[in-house]
Amino acid sequence: MSKSVLRGLRAAALTGTLVLGSSIGSQIALAAENPIKMGVLEDQSGDFAAATIGKVHAIQLATEEINKAGGIMGRPIELVPYDTQSDNTRYQEFMRRVLQRDKVDVVFAGFSSASREAYRPIVDQFNGFAFYNNQYEGGVCDGHMIVTGAVPEQQFSTLIPYMMEKYGKNVYTLAADYNFGQISAEWVRKIVKENGGKMAGEEFIPLGVSQFSQSVQNIQKAKPDFVVTLLVGTAQASYYEQAASANVNLPMASSVNVGQGYEHKRFKPPSLKDMYVTTNYIEEIDSPKSKEFYAKFKAKFPSEPYVNQEAENSYLAVYLYKQMVERAKSTKREDIRKVIAMGDVCMDAPEGKVCIDPKSQHMSHTIYLAKVGADHSISFPKTWEDIKPYWLGEAGCDLTKKDPMAQYTPSNPPPKP
Amino acid sequence: MDIATHVFSALYQFGDAFAFLVLSACGLAVIFGMMGVINLAHGEFIMCGAYVTAATVHAGLPLPLGILAGTIVSALVGVLVELAVIRHLYDRPLDTIVATWGLSLIATQGTLIMVGSTMAGVGTPFGSFQVGDYSYSIYRIVLFCSALGVLAALYALFNWTRFGVLARATIQVPHMAAALGVDTRLIYSLTFACGAGLAGLAGGLYAPTMTLVPTMGATFIMEAFVTVVIGGADVFLGTAPAGGLLAIVKSGMTSWQGQLFGQIGLLVAVIIVVRVLPKGISGFVLRERT
Repeated sequence: MSKSVLRGLRAAALTGTLVLGSSIGSQIALAAENPIKMGVLEDQSGDFAAATIGKVHAIQLATEEINKAGGIMGRPIELVPYDTQSDNTRYQEFMRRVLQRDKVDVVFAGFSSASREAYRPIVDQFNGFAFYNNQYEGGVCDGHMIVTGAVPEQQFSTLIPYMMEKYGKNVYTLAADYNFGQISAEWVRKIVKENGGKMAGEEFIPLGVSQFSQSVQNIQKAKPDFVVTLLVGTAQASYYEQAASANVNLPMASSVNVGQGYEHKRFKPPSLKDMYVTTNYIEEIDSPKSKEFYAKFKAKFPSEPYVNQEAENSYLAVYLYKQMVERAKSTKREDIRKVIAMGDVCMDAPEGKVCIDPKSQHMSHTIYLAKVGADHSISFPKTWEDIKPYWLGEAGCDLTKKDPMAQYTPSNPPPKP
Repeated sequence: MDIATHVFSALYQFGDAFAFLVLSACGLAVIFGMMGVINLAHGEFIMCGAYVTAATVHAGLPLPLGILAGTIVSALVGVLVELAVIRHLYDRPLDTIVATWGLSLIATQGTLIMVGSTMAGVGTPFGSFQVGDYSYSIYRIVLFCSALGVLAALYALFNWTRFGVLARATIQVPHMAAALGVDTRLIYSLTFACGAGLAGLAGGLYAPTMTLVPTMGATFIMEAFVTVVIGGADVFLGTAPAGGLLAIVKSGMTSWQGQLFGQIGLLVAVIIVVRVLPKGISGFVLRERT
């Protein structure tokens, strides 16, 4: 009995969110006719909200700038935002809604890889066009998707060899137990082996777990030289505080922490001491372009706790979309993909120059190695410019010729022709 | 590594799991056991305690006073909730589930809107100590002692004080207690406040060790409910042994096969206990006694 009541209440709560969502949408909408409609499905509440509210704000910022400057080909952008509540089924629900009812031209959607894989078949089914503005485990070869976030060959091929050289060859991986963590851990394994190291251990943590005493002890038992933390969501971030208070005192490496969840701002120093992260953007990056972006962001959203890499990915994605539509003189996916196939869709983003790779529809990035100090200040010991998302193309994914609409991993590469 | 190191490490992990289960569950057990109300906003009372603790510590109070403030504020919120909502639903226990669930949604979303998506942590005090090859956090021992302290205090409160006697009388035969001049409404209010305050205490105690976000209550909820479900209606005969049993299963499975199996083990243990002892551990103990 109570279950059906709960479900009813949940539906009612959802309707409330919808009303709220659409009222924000109409505020942003300009009075002009025939706008370009952009669906925004991001987690504005729930376990991932801390890392993703900034993405929505970045999209709003870019949209406002573009609309002020005359829109895209004279057409304003109209945002159609929904709060996906860190819940995969909401993604499926709202993806159907934006594609079928709202009939948007493009969708910006998704934080967790689980949510992306939940909505991607729907985008494919309804022949939609979606941007996934998030770093992830790589391997999505799908003509309906453009990925502006960084992938393992950009984040791990740089980070892991650096760490192994600096600290040693015994590596322990602590990863979130879902597709992102599992596939990322596979990448770490592969790169550690290629560089002559060995895995001291691996543990996968279910999402939502917040107590790490036993994991801390398992790590101490394995005696690694450093720990790769691929922890996702705010609950799992409790690890750092608990590891620090048990005095684990090992260097850490990550592709997701700091750059997404700004743990160095949330936790008291020195719990994230010696955390190394490869990221394509964080607000501490000290370049004129980055500072300009940060200043604009803070001017519009003064209480924003942190401008993270996914905010920058989302911001540049709006501008890339503008460029592609203007060059294609159309919002049709096939026309836009012809522009991508030319191989010169590039822009000067806050991080530096970025380009879309036509084979995989992923982005090249400037990768910054960020190091967290004992006082939680950030330094950048190393920068890699123009790192290409080469793996999919080399493995055999070529979207200019064939669209398999699939995700590949090192152990499950594209089939050879 | 010698035997003593292993024994200590196993004991530490057991104590850590026990503290988390018991502290998460106590507030829920008091409200469910004494009043029959299933409080789905339990996690949000925990979140409230943690937030108030962190806020007062940021404002300059020492941590113990911060935790006390968190406990008191949660208890006061509990009084308000009881007066405004729960009081009107004592005859409709199933409706209290829906009402408290609604409250929890409002609290989570309201905190997100008003306080923001995260709050800065306060840092774990006391540092660490070394046994054999492993180093441990001292604060975790404090948590374990707090769990034992809470159980002892609750036992004393309900068995040795006038309030305890009146509360138990009210719970057993409400109209008889009322006829004898007990203000049963006041007793219900105080009991609910006690449960809410215990939730706030759990939040305050765990605030230094965790991420402070509006959804943090959810990470306590599963452990709290399974402990109460298999413990049954009595706090001392139920919650304490249930916490002990589940802590053994959870810490054992986690050290053997990792966190995922720890959680699986926990849930399997719950299914088995509920199947064998439908009224929970306390139901079993009380039946044996009579």
